Amino acid sequence: MAKKEKIPRQAMPEQNPDVRRKNFTEVPFGYTPELAQIEASRCLFCKKPKCIDGCPVNIDIPAFIRLIKDGDFIGAAHKLKEENALPAICGRVCPQEEQCEIVCVTGIKTEPVAIGRLERFAADYEREHGEIVIPEMEPPTGKSVGIVGCGPAGLTVAGELAKLGHSVTIYEALHQPGGVLMYGIPEFRLPKAIVESEVDYVKQLGVQIIYNAVIGRYMTIDELMEDHDSVFLGTGAGLPYFMNIPGENFNGVYSANEYLTRSNLMRAYRFPEYDTPIIESKKVAVLGGGNVAMDAARTALRLGADEVTVVYRRSRKEMPARDEEIHHAEEEGINFQLLTNPTELLGDEEGWVTGMRCIRMELGAPDSSGRRRPIPIEGSEYIIEVDTVVVSIGNGANPLIPQTTPGLDTNKWGNILADAKTAVTSIPGVYAGGDIVIGAATVILAMGAGKIAAAAMHRYMMGIPEPVEEKEEEKEEVKEKK
Amino acid sequence: MNRIITKKILSQDVKEFVIESPRIATARHAGQFVIVRANDTGERIPLTIADANPEAGTITLIFQEVGKSTMLMGTFKEGDEFKDVVGPLGKPTHIEKFGTVVCMGGGIGVAPMHPISEAMKAAGNRVITIIGARSKDLLIMENRMKAASTELHISTDDGSYGVHGFVTDILQSLIDKGEKIDLAVAIGPVPMMGAVCKLTKKYDLPTVVSLNPIMVDGTGMCGACRVTVAGKTQFVCVDGPEFDGHQVDFVELVKRQRAYLPQERISREAFQHHEGCCSEK
Ligand SMILES: Cc1cc2nc3c(=O)[nH]c(=O)nc-3n(C[C@H](O)[C@H](O)[C@H](O)COP(=O)(O)OP(=O)(O)OC[C@H]3O[C@@H](n4cnc5c(N)ncnc54)[C@H](O)[C@@H]3O)c2cc1C
Ligand SMILES: Cc1cc2nc3c(=O)[nH]c(=O)nc-3n(C[C@H](O)[C@H](O)[C@H](O)COP(=O)(O)OP(=O)(O)OC[C@H]3O[C@@H](n4cnc5c(N)ncnc54)[C@H](O)[C@@H]3O)c2cc1C
Ligand code: SF4
Ligand code: SF4
Ligand code: FES
Repeated sequence: MAKKEKIPRQAMPEQNPDVRRKNFTEVPFGYTPELAQIEASRCLFCKKPKCIDGCPVNIDIPAFIRLIKDGDFIGAAHKLKEENALPAICGRVCPQEEQCEIVCVTGIKTEPVAIGRLERFAADYEREHGEIVIPEMEPPTGKSVGIVGCGPAGLTVAGELAKLGHSVTIYEALHQPGGVLMYGIPEFRLPKAIVESEVDYVKQLGVQIIYNAVIGRYMTIDELMEDHDSVFLGTGAGLPYFMNIPGENFNGVYSANEYLTRSNLMRAYRFPEYDTPIIESKKVAVLGGGNVAMDAARTALRLGADEVTVVYRRSRKEMPARDEEIHHAEEEGINFQLLTNPTELLGDEEGWVTGMRCIRMELGAPDSSGRRRPIPIEGSEYIIEVDTVVVSIGNGANPLIPQTTPGLDTNKWGNILADAKTAVTSIPGVYAGGDIVIGAATVILAMGAGKIAAAAMHRYMMGIPEPVEEKEEEKEEVKEKK
Repeated sequence: MNRIITKKILSQDVKEFVIESPRIATARHAGQFVIVRANDTGERIPLTIADANPEAGTITLIFQEVGKSTMLMGTFKEGDEFKDVVGPLGKPTHIEKFGTVVCMGGGIGVAPMHPISEAMKAAGNRVITIIGARSKDLLIMENRMKAASTELHISTDDGSYGVHGFVTDILQSLIDKGEKIDLAVAIGPVPMMGAVCKLTKKYDLPTVVSLNPIMVDGTGMCGACRVTVAGKTQFVCVDGPEFDGHQVDFVELVKRQRAYLPQERISREAFQHHEGCCSEK
């Protein structure tokens, strides 16, 4: 007799590439309840689940998957929310393949359980069917918290501290919440209605959001400390890097931040219904190989470009973007010029970019990041024709707050220095976390940092001593020093 | 919040709004600006804070209707609200006692010059202000600029008022008269600022200009506002808006300001068409 058939990892239905490359609607449709239950049944409900350690916020993964398997989808969503206030977002944008899923035991023999897809399913199901339940709140403490930045880090701190009974106010520079979730990640990957509804949940916990408040100018950190008992800085990595090659200020050359902000936050893809314009392009080059580059390239295609090329200086293997995103981009017809580096942008009399001089690269010995260092091949220069260039080579720390806050220490890249265990900065009562501390990273790491900071801020405001284990470690350190 | 308290028409297409914005009214300094969004579908439009009254909790914005967004804002009435007002943005003007400061405002540039003249005078400078316009009926804020300065000069391109010529002609005659000038500040259309810098460069007269590139966020996040100053890229919204005029690449700035001309035309025509059919009713 044949062996019992193994159930394969369930694919998520998605829009056909030829259709979706012309619209901004979300690419995958998500699991149906049937598919979700089949996928959930693949979980072995391990006694010592490895997957939990792989998740930066330690979601009880087998527990929520079991609830899905049993058909209690709302229960699964509540289980998720015990550890993660933004499951519909994380289920979509987490690099699961390097976090919870890479360590899943079913992945040893076949493919890992699709934890991210299941998380997304449960959260979507709750939003579409259930009434969002507000968890039990602690009685008011009379303490007040000011949070700078309404990205995933700030929202997490806000949610956690509101639940503990503190009065929480978020100050956000832009006119909408969400940080990169709103201005950076495009609609077709993360619908803005989902971000709004997850932000609504945090607001229902009693959190106040003040928009259009650029801290450093509108109010200083000192002034915030007068109004609040503690302050959290979650200002993200919002300073776009350029290549520093000639011609970068030609018209038609964008940072990915500008290109995506125009399209997402300002809805330029619906110009002229919305007033913010974006250039109509035919031939677009996107420089870089990360998620941001994939988002920019796929946005360019949807804005109507005929030809979109991602130009990256290393090989496909070194591309930092998620496999799924590269795969989606390829399916949609985006070209890749790998092992290629731009050396100069060319333009016309009116100041418009017309071309890009590139040089071919080969991979040499590994560098400090462990990736093989790209080396230019002499004499291999050539020109490609472009009318738009989107520079997506990364983001640094915005200097506004450090510049206007005496005593706030930063490292040489301008990231705010914060203690790894408590997230406290060089100023007592001021905490920091997310991209502003660790550099451009991920949503879930920003949320993990937010949870650490929230716990420490709670202790600080309530006069609770730091946990004992830390003291023991300190003692050990002292011993070692002796 | 963001309610229009008073509205005034300063010239054919220049409007002045006093807006309720208590926090910005106290936090702002001369040289800073706000970004406003008229409504939910609106774009983010930078406007200099022309004046502020911390006691009343108001700021004054003066703008020229040049395209869809400013035309739409021009239709706002007292009591209407802006969807968003964010600021104060940009670095404040560097104010100290320099001695004699010549402040030059061209066209709508007179409005952003007002708080600077005022602050320079308050710091003990002798402030010679020169304001210019194409013709007499386009000249704005004459009385207020007079009050903000030690001495006021006026030029019009067509000679309908004041000196027949440009602000640079008056500056030249001041220099010719042997006026000892310690600092020049110029705000206006790029050609005007360029002309001022060309002249002051000849005399090694330090010159500050306030730049107005296209912006989006105004917080240093997007890079839309980049200009080349002394061969280096700067973000005007956070590194400026004021720079050493002798180092600014004005040619590049003009080209960058023209990046969206076709789209701006589409927006403007759609808006004017819409306005036209509605007001006929
Ligand atoms: C295009 C793009 C795609 C991405 N894709 C993914 C992905 O697929 N998966 C993933 O996990 N991660 C992804 N990331 C990374 C992820 O979005 C970030 O790591 C995460 O958003 C960081 O969260 P944060 O809260 O630290 O900062 P942010 O999300 O950057 O939020 C910071 C907020 O602070 C505000 N702010 C800044 N300065 C001030 C100030 N002075 N005063 C008031 N407010 C201020 C900003 O306006 C912003 O709203 C992507 C990033 C980008 C840009
Ligand atoms: C720091 C700063 C301060 C300013 N202060 C004033 C002021 O006090 N009074 C005033 O009348 N004007 C001021 N401006 C200029 C004003 O922002 C533009 O006139 C306005 O944005 C035009 O928008 P529109 O839709 O009406 O016209 P459009 O038809 O869209 O554009 C007309 C021209 O305005 C410029 N422009 C367009 N969009 C923007 C944008 N988002 N940001 C900046 N410039 C743009 C372009 O050069 C364009 O060609 C300032 C600009 C800056 C950067
Ligand atoms: S939050 Fe991210 S890492 Fe954690 S379980 Fe969900 S998908 Fe995996
Ligand atoms: S490791 Fe995989 S199989 Fe085991 S509990 Fe986690 S998801 Fe289920
Ligand atoms: S306007 Fe975006 S960086 Fe200056």
